[in-house]
Amino acid sequence: MTFAVGDLFLILPELLVITAACVVLVLDPVLRGPRKDVLVWFSLGTLAICMGVTASQVSGPTAIFSGLVIIDAYGAFWKLLLYFVTGLTILLSYSYLKEERLYFGEYYGFVLLALAGMMVMVSADDLLTIYLGTELMSLSLYVLAGLKRAEPRSLEASAKYFVLGAFSSGILLYGISLLYGATGSTRLPEIATAIASQGLSDPLLLLSTILLAVGFGFKLAVVPFHMWTPDVYQGAPTSVTAFMAVASKAASFGAFLRVFIEGLGGLKANWSAIFLLLCIATLLIGNIVALVQTNVKRMLAYSSIAHAGYALIGVVAAGRMEGSSGIASVLLYLALYTFMTFGAFAIVAMLRKGDIEGEEIEDFTGLSKRHPLAALLMLIFMVSLAGIPPTAGFVGKLYIFKSAVEAGMTWLAALGLIFAAISAYFYLRLVMVMYMREPIDHSDTAPHLVMSPTLSIVLACTVAGVVIFGVYPNPLVSFAMQAVLILK
Amino acid sequence: MTGFPWLTVLIFLPLIGAVVLFAVKDASVRLVALGMTVADLLISLPLWWLFDASSGQMQFVESARWIPTLSINYKLGLDGISLPLIIMTTVLMPLCVLISWHAIETKVRSFMAMLLIMESAMIGVFCALDFVLFYVFWEAMLIPMYLLIGVWGGPNRLYAAIKFFLYTLAGSVLLLVGILVLYFQGGHTFDILQLSQRSYGVALQIWLFFAFFAAFAVKVPMFPFHTWLPDAHVEAPTAGSVILASVLLKMGTYGFLRFSLPMLPDASRLFTPLMVVLSIVAIIYGAYMALAQADLKKLIAYSSVSHMGFVTLGLFMFNIQGIEGAVMQMVNHGITTGGLFLCVGMIYERTHSRQITDNIGLTKPMPRYATLLVIFALSSLGLPGTNSFVGEFMVLVGTFLWSKIAAAFASLGIILAAAYLLWMIQRVAFGVPAAHVLPKLRDLNLREMVTLVPLAVLIFLIGLFPNPVLTRMHMSVEKVIARVIPLPQEESSALNQQVPPSTQQGLTTNVDLTISREGPHTPRFSDIATKERRP
Repeated sequence: MTFAVGDLFLILPELLVITAACVVLVLDPVLRGPRKDVLVWFSLGTLAICMGVTASQVSGPTAIFSGLVIIDAYGAFWKLLLYFVTGLTILLSYSYLKEERLYFGEYYGFVLLALAGMMVMVSADDLLTIYLGTELMSLSLYVLAGLKRAEPRSLEASAKYFVLGAFSSGILLYGISLLYGATGSTRLPEIATAIASQGLSDPLLLLSTILLAVGFGFKLAVVPFHMWTPDVYQGAPTSVTAFMAVASKAASFGAFLRVFIEGLGGLKANWSAIFLLLCIATLLIGNIVALVQTNVKRMLAYSSIAHAGYALIGVVAAGRMEGSSGIASVLLYLALYTFMTFGAFAIVAMLRKGDIEGEEIEDFTGLSKRHPLAALLMLIFMVSLAGIPPTAGFVGKLYIFKSAVEAGMTWLAALGLIFAAISAYFYLRLVMVMYMREPIDHSDTAPHLVMSPTLSIVLACTVAGVVIFGVYPNPLVSFAMQAVLILK
Repeated sequence: MTGFPWLTVLIFLPLIGAVVLFAVKDASVRLVALGMTVADLLISLPLWWLFDASSGQMQFVESARWIPTLSINYKLGLDGISLPLIIMTTVLMPLCVLISWHAIETKVRSFMAMLLIMESAMIGVFCALDFVLFYVFWEAMLIPMYLLIGVWGGPNRLYAAIKFFLYTLAGSVLLLVGILVLYFQGGHTFDILQLSQRSYGVALQIWLFFAFFAAFAVKVPMFPFHTWLPDAHVEAPTAGSVILASVLLKMGTYGFLRFSLPMLPDASRLFTPLMVVLSIVAIIYGAYMALAQADLKKLIAYSSVSHMGFVTLGLFMFNIQGIEGAVMQMVNHGITTGGLFLCVGMIYERTHSRQITDNIGLTKPMPRYATLLVIFALSSLGLPGTNSFVGEFMVLVGTFLWSKIAAAFASLGIILAAAYLLWMIQRVAFGVPAAHVLPKLRDLNLREMVTLVPLAVLIFLIGLFPNPVLTRMHMSVEKVIARVIPLPQEESSALNQQVPPSTQQGLTTNVDLTISREGPHTPRFSDIATKERRP
């Protein structure tokens, strides 16, 4: 092991984010009242700088710290996405925490720490580094999920998330240790070389692949490892839910794809069979159970499970074909998924019923009368989630299903599309409630949307992404294709 | 082709109009919407004369790269099949705005915006020459139509709206899979013209045929996928019903003609018996159901099922009479049924009932209305001299050449149409009105006359002079037939040598050959029946 000081410059974004997190944690007790807003702007400023640094690192792969970390376009793709989501989360939280009267400066600190963990996950080239990043992310999210201390639901979410998260981390770690036993390394390129040279005869390899799949399955919230998702998504503060549903899923996919494509690429045939089963189960359970939800947060939780299923179609396709277009479609899908899901959660977060959140479907009744613009935005997000053109959701599905057909799995594409048609029912139910029912409650406690400048920014960014990339996805597609070239 | 981007303007003007609507004052919303649809009509009309009827090729072609990584292009064009349908759409849209003038009182702005978005998407479907672009327009219609039915519809609108949405969405699910499969089988392109020139294995064609069938048959709607139609029609506001019946249903048959026939000729021939049987069942079943209806809108909805049966029947005859008759019938059904729905909307505004029993004896109090209603009804039952006669007659001639028995069964549909429409007329026009509704029965005002008279004029114009329409579509239909019924061996091999290796513009030379073989001629309605079907 050698340590080069120059390597530190390449992980400047990670260092900046961690430093900022520490500064926020330290400054929080010092600042009083409205001055705490400084922390928000400070965090956002840090993200902007990181964005600039990472954007300049899109070029070729550079392995640093003896190959523990790799700086490449693939990592940069995810990092830029994560900065964007974290920025939106902070902006949304700024309004949301005020409404909820949650004045914790630590909040932003933990969001930044979770981001640091995610950044490590997507740029790690070593299983243990990935594990390190996963834990940093998960521990921060456990705390964030339980932030509404006065509310039992939030505490339940935190505890449930912690227990199952710790369990899955254990499985992941066990898989890593078995893989180390089979190949003699935890570094992904070396694992790939070992598998290529010694063949697939070792049963340990298959066992460790399964364990890794299960461990990542928990993080990605795919069926049957999704049990925690609805409860945690519903109980956690909505801004945190949005962050988890989007950023944590993106980072997990980032690490997951690198491990399975780069490290375990030799076992493609094996793992694509495993993920095919998980994919079908996820599409089935996610879409069907979402049909009967009455709580919008729970519905969106099942919807996010279902969308992981669509992304898995791309993973399965990637395992069944040469070339990288399958993985590119997964990257594209998750990037587009970000805009629509975050936008939908942002509206849910700011819909208030008296003092509490209006998160039941009933609370959206007649929203188009009271807030025509917000209802229109929600309509666009729902249409996009259902995958109907001309929105981002359609572009994502087009590429995913194109990969499936390319890999010779036309039936899987057909199955996915049938589930997409089923999902339209529950997305449109929300549209129906907003547009086709008259508001019943006209009192002061009637559900209404709390608009604020920061929320406007969040909604403008997300809806712009949904519409612009729905009509002109080219820049994002090219970036995704460039990013996956490295994973061969 | 360089020059003025007619089609882009035609498609996006209404969309821009929809945005503009949100910037104008409440009082002028209706006027702006009317102005936009009329402007679109005025832009579309020159195309009718600029169109070169002697060519079966795509005209006014525009092409731009859209998503290069999947070689998806923004490519538009018109041929003789899409031109009449587009003009029909642009003619109907101002009328839809006019009929909604007072019928829609809540959220007028959004309503008009939805109409304009629909217009954009509908014209886009008829112009698109890229399969993905087509699919985008095809699906983009769903949400505005869902909202039109669900927000401004009748008492049972929620059920009807979601039923419409899920039926059509589920139908088009397999279409997308089919498009993707074609992309890989047809040489990594979504270009409709290029895909129409390749040949695919029969097994693949059969699969694709069913994938396309699911999408198009639901839209038409063919028996037994028609059950969404009566619900959607009855609950939709009048303008929505007109759009549904006159334009949306045509997209299904347009899809068969544009995609299934030229791309999957072997499968199309293979499934002709199935399509014929389903069409004839639709013709007779739709007519029988119409006989039993007490609700005017439901009656017309079922008559649509019956009339669209003629269109699908004609399409799968693969002869010039059948297919030209089918396209004629598409346009005519749009005009006639649109007119009938507008009539029902007007009487509903007065009596607030669509039941036949509540609207009897309108001739005395509303002579102008009754006259127009009778004209539309007679056109719908295919009286000679009206437009529907031309289409249905040609379809029947085409069917007769294929099978006399099928033609005999299909003719039953015309007889039944006479029965249910005349019975309806007898009650609605010539009964004795109830005393308490009499004060409500004002005759048509100027706006309503302006709404109905253009359609009545078109009925006689096309009915008496069908040739301008037929000449324009003739070459394009020939081209489709040349794909489905291959030419004799030596001719087709000679043809292959003539095909230039570069199909950059995606134009085929099949048509030129057809012309040289038969000699240039202008088809006349009088000589259509004399031409035998090719071997």
